[in-house]
Amino acid sequence: MTTASIPVTNRRRRQPSKLRRSVRRNLTAYGFLCGALICFAFFSWYPMVRQVILSFQKTNFVDAPEWVGLKNFRTVFSDPAFAPAWINTAMFTLLALLCGYVIPFITAIVLNELRHARAYLRFVVYLPVMLPPAVGVLLFQWFYNPDYGLFNQVLGFFHLPGLQWLNSSGTALISLVIVSTWMNMGSGTLIYLAALQTIPSELYEAAELDGAGLFKRIRHITIPQTKLILLVMLLLQIVATMQVFIEPYLLTGGGPENSTVTVVYLMYQYAFNFGSLNAGNALGLMLMLVLMVFSAIYLRVSRDNTV
Amino acid sequence: MSNVTVTPGRSAQTPLTPGREGRDGGRDRRPRKPINTQFRTAVSPHQLNTTHGRIIYWTVLVITVVSFTAAFVFPLYWMITGAMKSTEELNSIPPTFLPTHFSLDGYLQAWDLLELGRLLGNTALYAGGAWLLTLAFDVSAAYALSKLRPVLGKVVLALMLSTLMIPPLVIMLPAYLTVKDVPFFHWDLLNTPWAIWLPAAANGFNVFLLKRFFDSIPRELLEAAEIDGASPGRILWSVVMPISRPILGVVSILTVVNVWRDFVWPLLVLPDSDKMSISIGIASLSSQMPQNVLVASLVIASIPTIVVFFIFQRHIMAGLTAGSLKG
Repeated sequence: MTTASIPVTNRRRRQPSKLRRSVRRNLTAYGFLCGALICFAFFSWYPMVRQVILSFQKTNFVDAPEWVGLKNFRTVFSDPAFAPAWINTAMFTLLALLCGYVIPFITAIVLNELRHARAYLRFVVYLPVMLPPAVGVLLFQWFYNPDYGLFNQVLGFFHLPGLQWLNSSGTALISLVIVSTWMNMGSGTLIYLAALQTIPSELYEAAELDGAGLFKRIRHITIPQTKLILLVMLLLQIVATMQVFIEPYLLTGGGPENSTVTVVYLMYQYAFNFGSLNAGNALGLMLMLVLMVFSAIYLRVSRDNTV
Repeated sequence: MSNVTVTPGRSAQTPLTPGREGRDGGRDRRPRKPINTQFRTAVSPHQLNTTHGRIIYWTVLVITVVSFTAAFVFPLYWMITGAMKSTEELNSIPPTFLPTHFSLDGYLQAWDLLELGRLLGNTALYAGGAWLLTLAFDVSAAYALSKLRPVLGKVVLALMLSTLMIPPLVIMLPAYLTVKDVPFFHWDLLNTPWAIWLPAAANGFNVFLLKRFFDSIPRELLEAAEIDGASPGRILWSVVMPISRPILGVVSILTVVNVWRDFVWPLLVLPDSDKMSISIGIASLSSQMPQNVLVASLVIASIPTIVVFFIFQRHIMAGLTAGSLKG
């Protein structure tokens, strides 16, 4: 893994040419790198830095930007939607984990036991993941319609009372969780399935000889053997679901009564509807710091356990 | 580390099961077709092939197939047929399971009203350009980092991978400002394809996948080409690229599918209704459309990605597990 291990042949005789070669190699390498470097610099690295800077500034793109200290943060803090946004995001993440983390794992365990229809089931569970998210969300908007939506029709079929779904502050958030789980559980399921298939069968045989029943085998073999991927997926999923935006944006607009406003949605609102870009940046910086904690744990975990 | 491998699907190795006799857990002790136990999983093979085990197995199988079909296929069926129903029929209670008369009017109306042809063309342009640019930039960058190993190469790689830690949505506002007024050049890229193409190429995950694959290419191969007088560019084009077809396939499909499915970024940088991508176009007009027209447009919008999935299922699933299993 050391850099540039040049083979020690008879090259020592031509010292200057070696230097020239090295310069040329570096120039070529950076020639190859420049396209990606420019893209990364402009659209990834610079925005990261600028996120921090803008949070402490007041900019209107006409006058020179002005440093305002923590004013943007104070603006955001005093917003009545601030606390609901964080609570909803946390609740959404929690509920999305309960559904979107536990269900795929159980599904994967079941799929792993089946010997028939495997290709079909794997294909089908991944279908919603392939739909553009806007399509999935708008489809569910129709399903959720209290008057003619599929869900209330199904409930009516079983003689159950229909629900208000997105229109009631009690069910709106969980409705978003259902859409999100439906759209995303395929990838988790397939990843767990791949992990389950790497478990050596001897372990199960040994456990069986020791008298462990099915649930004990799952508890003491399946789960410990997939512990790493479970942890990694947990962290990735937290980071992904905390950025929830498209569901509230398209389905509820944050309502009813702020019951579905989320952090990224509020950030978008500040920037594009409330005309206060810097407050949006301040909010973004807070979310960035929170997510970086999870990302850092993720990196730590996956580096300590390189498979 | 090894390169990306397609997770071996078991179905591929499962020997074809013989005929269907003996499925009725027969009490006349005919030799029954055993359930394949070639692969040991949590359930014991002996239990699986007892009468009791078979009943449970088939019950679970049927429940799984039925519930998966209900959960993932039925909504799509409802969408496809819903687009064929009239507004009155959509509102009728109880709902009709099949459209009363087969008509594609909903689809034709959607195509005209939402100008889906233009939206699809725009999206294809964005996805295609992003694909070309991503391949050009990320492949050459990964090649340089993996094989040419310049000074500070490790720092560059670390910086590129660090972008994986920052979720893109979190920096969307400053990224939007950058696109609106590119530093030094003062270009306004809003409503131009470049606003999609250039940020798409800044993809740390692609660089990571490609570099890891290139690392696994033996040095001797490249040195042989070098001795024959091939320039680094020539080596990349004629030696590295041909052997990297699997990973190039994965990266290509990931890029195209991501651009096609993306919502938030095109929402910000393509506000002009002539320039919108398909997701944004439909979403922006969704509230003004009759329900059946809207649903028809959803069907049309999902056809391309579903077709891609049909064709490249293996690549897509390989990309999925490559990222997370060996992270």
